[in-house]
Amino acid sequence: MRRLSELKNKRFLATPYFIWSAAFIIIPLCMVFYYGLTDKSNSFTLENIMSIGSIENFKALILSLALSLVSTLICLLLAYPLAMILNNLNVNQSSFMVLIFILPMWMNFLLRTLAWQTLLEKTGVINSLLNLLHLPTLNIINTPYAIILGMVYNFLPFMILPIYNVLIKIDKNVINAARDLGANGFQTFGKIIFPLSLPGVLSGITMVFVPALTTFVISDLLGGSKILLIGNVIEQEFKQSSNWHAGSGLSLVLMIFIIISMLITEKYDDGGIMS
Amino acid sequence: MQLPFCTQALISLIREVVNLSHTLISLQNITKSFNGEVVIDDLNLNIHENEFITLLGPSGCGKTTMLRIIGGFETPDSGSVIFNGKNIINLPPNKRQLNTVFQKYALFMHMNVAENIAFGLKIKNKSDQYIKDKIKYALNLVNLDGYENRKPDSLSGGQQQRIAIARAIVNEPKVLLLDEPLGALDLKLRQDMQYELIRLKNELGITFIYVTHDQEEALTMSDTIVVMNQGYIQQMGTPEDIYNEPENAFVADFIGESNIIASTMIRDRLVEILGAKFECVDTGFGTNKPVDVVIRPEDIDLVKPSEGTIQGIVTHLIFKGVHYEMEVTANAHEWLVHSTDMFPVGTEVGIHVDPFDIQIMNKPESEDEEAVGVEE
Repeated sequence: MRRLSELKNKRFLATPYFIWSAAFIIIPLCMVFYYGLTDKSNSFTLENIMSIGSIENFKALILSLALSLVSTLICLLLAYPLAMILNNLNVNQSSFMVLIFILPMWMNFLLRTLAWQTLLEKTGVINSLLNLLHLPTLNIINTPYAIILGMVYNFLPFMILPIYNVLIKIDKNVINAARDLGANGFQTFGKIIFPLSLPGVLSGITMVFVPALTTFVISDLLGGSKILLIGNVIEQEFKQSSNWHAGSGLSLVLMIFIIISMLITEKYDDGGIMS
Repeated sequence: MQLPFCTQALISLIREVVNLSHTLISLQNITKSFNGEVVIDDLNLNIHENEFITLLGPSGCGKTTMLRIIGGFETPDSGSVIFNGKNIINLPPNKRQLNTVFQKYALFMHMNVAENIAFGLKIKNKSDQYIKDKIKYALNLVNLDGYENRKPDSLSGGQQQRIAIARAIVNEPKVLLLDEPLGALDLKLRQDMQYELIRLKNELGITFIYVTHDQEEALTMSDTIVVMNQGYIQQMGTPEDIYNEPENAFVADFIGESNIIASTMIRDRLVEILGAKFECVDTGFGTNKPVDVVIRPEDIDLVKPSEGTIQGIVTHLIFKGVHYEMEVTANAHEWLVHSTDMFPVGTEVGIHVDPFDIQIMNKPESEDEEAVGVEE
């Protein structure tokens, strides 16, 4: 009898979550689908989704995909060695270093990106310093390079942490066993450490690629008004054109790309994080 | 049984010479400390070809560190490891002609059984046919034919352990290092695996260096047991030597159960235990010298009070299956006795011990050694 009442209590405890997910996840998602598949007279149409075919929107989508892929790749190349270094430190050192990497996340995302804007400006902090040293100036503000920089800077911790978490769980004796069986350092990495860390790499890729693909703040602040990413296009549809239908339609298209990217990562991760 | 001194010296000299020619690994003056704490202190040890040698001791005695030094996963602060006449102290693990079976198996979970076993051979660029034959041979050797395509996590602990052994032996090492390989298995499986290991060792004809804290495991399998504690070798010898003639109280207490009693050696072949005089076979301890006496519980005969050297009363009785375990209080000491005869609690008994069942040991020289903790 007591068990049953406990069970009832526990079910009762889940109620806030159900209300929350209904109010803030399921209903909004339904609304996005509704707006995306209707026109202003509320009749069904695929026009909103098809608007991705317009040259401007399609270019924005391709540029978004390209920049987020490049950023994800750079994040991976930077994060993997860093995670390995962290993994080789002793407990005290590594928890301090992890804190260092997380510390920027305690500050507002917008503020950090604005700071980069100030740093990178034509007469900004970095260029003033370079001028002082009579070095050539750095003119990357309002270019895709600045956007990639902003993406890598903001999303790097999301790549480091999952990889680090997987690496610290690898049994040191498994690595010793590979060495014992004749593998040198490179072979041990290629055949044992990297394959075993794949779940962390995949979850890092997802956690960087998805926000990078949908961002509009970074491109807005560091890319100037000339460079439009798909996120900016959607933002403009909602805010400037007040066209919720077109904005929702494009959001659905973006969602398809995100689902595709998750399916790809899931395919390479047998029985790991995604399942 | 005492041979003249010169004969004994000659025999030990012959033994030395014979052993010397077969020495495969020689550990010389190995010292290792972690964070200022000495784990191994000036240790010397010779390991011979085709020997099953066991490093035995409580956790923290330095036995695993010793194995890791031989395997190349740990570098000693000083000393050398001579393998086949060459100092291998600076060789990385992948360049050493030995293989290790790790605690908790350390299998590659992302590979199947065949890939695990083939790992070392692929690194050495062996031909596909050679690798295939070797996998078949190794799986047959560990009684797991047909398991090629299974994933390690679908196997039981004992099967995983056998794959770990197969993975090591396909590389044809001269020495196999085993780090508490049976520690995670249940009792029945552990006993089966002990026989398997002895069989494997005989079939392969290679040296096994085995680390364990389980004295029964050590006694069952080893040619030579090295009892270690606090970074020192306490005693080294055959299982019979270690069990029957422990050199100090630590060894006596760690290997099997025993009665260790502070006594006085009155003269050669006569010892006074708890006020009663017992005949023994040991000589050379001097006269009226304080010593420790070890008597194994199964060596104590319970007889009629009038026939015993000491009289006492049975205070505890437990049935253990093969024998009864009894505690007899005699002369203010609790004697542990194993016997197939049952004496109910309260029975007055006499205690008799045959002279050759009394093992005399020198008292430890320092307080330190006496304070040694035993953990089983």
